[in-house]
Amino acid sequence: MNAGYVARRLLQLLPSIAGIVLVAFLLLQMAPGDPILALAGESGDAEYYAFMREKFGLDDSMPEQLARFASNAIRGDLGVSYTQGRPALTIIGERLGATLLLAGSALVISTIVGVLAGVIAARYAGGVRDAAITTVTLSLYAAPVFWIGQLALLFFALRLGWFPTNGMTSPSPPDTAFGQFLDLLHHLALPALVLASQQVASVSRLTRIGLVEELSTDHVRTARAKGLRESTVVWRHALRRALGPVFTVIGARIGYLFSGAVVVEIVFGWPGIGRLMLSAVQTRDGPILLGIFLLVSTAVVVANLITDLAYGTVDPRIRYR
Amino acid sequence: MILGRSESRHQATTLIGRLFATTSGKVGAIVTLIVLLVAIFADVLAPYDPLSPIGPSLSPPTREHLMGTDALGRDLLSGVIHGARTSMVIALSVGAVAMVIGVLVGGISGYAGGRLDDILMRFTEIVQVLPRFFLAILAVAFFGPGLLTLILVLGLTSWVILARVIRAEVLSLRAREFVDSALTQGARGSRVLFREILPNAIPVGIIYLALLLAFIILIEASLGFLGLGDPNAISWGFLAGQAQQFLRVAWWLSVFPGLAITATVLGLNLLGDGLTDALGRR
Repeated sequence: MNAGYVARRLLQLLPSIAGIVLVAFLLLQMAPGDPILALAGESGDAEYYAFMREKFGLDDSMPEQLARFASNAIRGDLGVSYTQGRPALTIIGERLGATLLLAGSALVISTIVGVLAGVIAARYAGGVRDAAITTVTLSLYAAPVFWIGQLALLFFALRLGWFPTNGMTSPSPPDTAFGQFLDLLHHLALPALVLASQQVASVSRLTRIGLVEELSTDHVRTARAKGLRESTVVWRHALRRALGPVFTVIGARIGYLFSGAVVVEIVFGWPGIGRLMLSAVQTRDGPILLGIFLLVSTAVVVANLITDLAYGTVDPRIRYR
Repeated sequence: MILGRSESRHQATTLIGRLFATTSGKVGAIVTLIVLLVAIFADVLAPYDPLSPIGPSLSPPTREHLMGTDALGRDLLSGVIHGARTSMVIALSVGAVAMVIGVLVGGISGYAGGRLDDILMRFTEIVQVLPRFFLAILAVAFFGPGLLTLILVLGLTSWVILARVIRAEVLSLRAREFVDSALTQGARGSRVLFREILPNAIPVGIIYLALLLAFIILIEASLGFLGLGDPNAISWGFLAGQAQQFLRVAWWLSVFPGLAITATVLGLNLLGDGLTDALGRR
């Protein structure tokens, strides 16, 4: 992978980011009534309205407003939250860690479980195990994530009592750091598994397709002819080449993980940006809403770029010009 | 190659025959048909008015209330039946908006080629990365919740996959003989695109439309769950959202609406798979 290619891909980010900022700006402008109402809620005081009016130049011409909005957005400065009186980005930053922990855990879990399921399905393609895995993963894919969350709560938390029902920490957390870590894992387990469950289907399907194809190639036949054990052939030889597509879709999955996280956070009372966003909708806190939208959109674009670039280092057959 | 009426009907029957020849196609088509019928005849099928408190509060499923009742004593089965209508109205409207834009963008892009194709495809890439769910939340916050807001924001962001497959199909059809023959007979470019190419490209779009509808139902359900759906209609997501605070005491309030969503989405996904096989595109 050479520097020219990386630079060119970085340049391709610009139209996407410009599109994201433009969409946010247009939404503000098209909102019914004065844009200040969408931006700063309906119950702000005069002083706050004047501050936001000035900040976004709402009395200037449209191109000037767009320029002001874009420069504010790019610097991550979206003004002050009406409800909390602090910069929106600071408030979002405080909640972001919880969401990243949840979404990141789900990404790791779903990738591992999905690859395992895909390998089993491919090795026994056409058999009972293959059919069972396809049925289960497709059903999980079709079920809304809040419903899987509610079912998990009903069974594992309320009925069996294995997991807490709400929040990120116990009301009276343990004293030791290790105890607190275990407490966090205990709270994280159920929401992370629920968020992961949705994504197992796509990973296992991609793994299965890639592996079935790999297992019929000449180099696999050669490896088998050498007398290698089937498990060595699958795990060492075939899987590595079959995993390419699994890596490339990680970028696209980030977007779904964030949307799913919003819903899962509501089900499990997880204190991340999803809950922040929902309360911002209720109070019409524009800076918070715009901040989360811009942050998530940019994260999706950047994640796509990173997986694109990383793909080349995983699969030696890929050469970028 | 404009098909005669009897010929196109024949094609349609064999397509349905091939669709029903696969298990996934059969199951998917039947489930989808049932949901559609329930949506159309919701008023007749629902045993009670879904908004009137007519039974005991928080009753588990009984003979009178097959899916139980909610905290206000409203019949859940009637709510789920009316929810089918809300889901279908939104999904089909979004699907229609997405199909129109997708066919136009994909058709023009694939047929015109060159600079226009580049611009349209770059535009498509920008729309593709917009996070639909977050955009919908933003739109609801700024414009207020409502049917039209939902349909517009989801429709305007959901056409990308359709545009891509239509474009690819148009590209391959453009090179075929019947297009050449129409052009040499002096037909105008736009006529060739709309009369000759697009009718043959749309069936492939239908496969993706089924998958798109499934996806829209999931997004709409999530928005409803968050209380951001159409406030004037009962939706499955809204019912499940209401169930959240009664989870400890009333499992049925969550289980049945969720089951309805899952069955519908699974049905549409299987239908998409079945159509893929029936049209020989695997």
